[in-house]
Amino acid sequence: MAGNNPTPTEYIQHHLQNLTFGYHPENGWSIAHSAQEASDMGFWALHLDTLGWSIGLGLVFLWLFRKVGKAATTGIPGGVQNFVELMVEFVDNSVKDTFHGNSKLVAPLALTIFCWVFLMNLMDLVPVDFLPMLAQKVGVMFGADPAHVYFKVVPTTDVNATLGMALSVFALLIFYTIREKGFSGFIGELTLHPFNSPNKLVQALFVPVNFLLETVTLIAKPISLALRLFGNLYAGELIFILIAMIGLWQLPLHFTWAVFHILVITLQAFIFMMLTIVYLAMAVEKH
Amino acid sequence: MNLNLTLIGQAIAFAFFVWFCMKFVWPPVTQALQERQKKIADGLDAASRASRDLELAEEQVNETLRESKEQAAEILEQAHKRSNQMIDEAREQARQEGERMITSAKSEIEQEVNRAKDELRVQVSRLAILGAERILESSIDEKQHGKLVDKLAKEL
Repeated sequence: MAGNNPTPTEYIQHHLQNLTFGYHPENGWSIAHSAQEASDMGFWALHLDTLGWSIGLGLVFLWLFRKVGKAATTGIPGGVQNFVELMVEFVDNSVKDTFHGNSKLVAPLALTIFCWVFLMNLMDLVPVDFLPMLAQKVGVMFGADPAHVYFKVVPTTDVNATLGMALSVFALLIFYTIREKGFSGFIGELTLHPFNSPNKLVQALFVPVNFLLETVTLIAKPISLALRLFGNLYAGELIFILIAMIGLWQLPLHFTWAVFHILVITLQAFIFMMLTIVYLAMAVEKH
Repeated sequence: MNLNLTLIGQAIAFAFFVWFCMKFVWPPVTQALQERQKKIADGLDAASRASRDLELAEEQVNETLRESKEQAAEILEQAHKRSNQMIDEAREQARQEGERMITSAKSEIEQEVNRAKDELRVQVSRLAILGAERILESSIDEKQHGKLVDKLAKEL
């Protein structure tokens, strides 16, 4: 815990603040010392903890899978290779069941999403104070005020991380739609559904309504994708923080919630992957 | 919880990870999986082929066994037939030989008898003549014995 006996509110707020580096109007490029400073930085700021953990975990995933891929034998697979093959087959089957287009990208994309999101979610199971306190010790060594060293371990509880992935998926979605159906097909999809009429005049009246509805549908895809993951993990993290404040009784409660959370993090990673595949499948499928 | 540059950073990292996964992770693993699948399929194929071959070979063995049995039986039968034939032939030959020997013996005997008869006839005639001379020497009664001697000579 930071500082001298922080109030519960301070404790929670401290835990929910990212380590932010950015351009402050008064201090220039610096690490934010408070939530206020961080929000003053506006858009030109980086959450070092989010990026650090997500990139680190992504590299762990790639390193492990690459190592197995290089040493992959067609004979009897060993322990890690078994696990990797299990994941690859599981993802491959999910993709083949849903996505019927021709793409070399979708299956690796799904595998990356599943493993990466799962690993990022997994950080939620590390006790909430453990890594932030470690970060504080390191921060103090560098001469920082321990109360102002913020450290949020779980990248998926940062809406920037989930939205960054969701927007990438969204860009792919639009790219695939245009590649498969052409630009006119993309516009047609936005304007000619769900209402259409053989009468040209009536159709012209329907176009703005359709456009409004379909745009909302389109925009809802990345937003829901990002907010679903973020919301679930943020809520889970918040409950971990709340449990951490109740003294000794936190131990059984913590354990129970963590066991339950194993299900949640796996499920959320799977949902993110599955929805990505479904969205891309919808993009390439003809109506 | 501000939207900021982290979003872009995360998107770039995401793109890089997906690219790396697509280029360097996915192909070797799926290739290994496919190759193993092929190997297993080939193995199963070979196994079924081998069992089919075994079946064929067994059939052939049975066929050959049956043929050789038949052949053996045939040979045995022929041998039996041949031996019977040989026995018959030998028997026939022996019989003929015997008959021939009997016939020759008989003819020899006959010849011998005939010769003996002739000799006997000659000797009896001689004896008769001798007897007759004796009788004639002692008491020749031409009238009395002439007829008898004539008869004797005629009969002999």
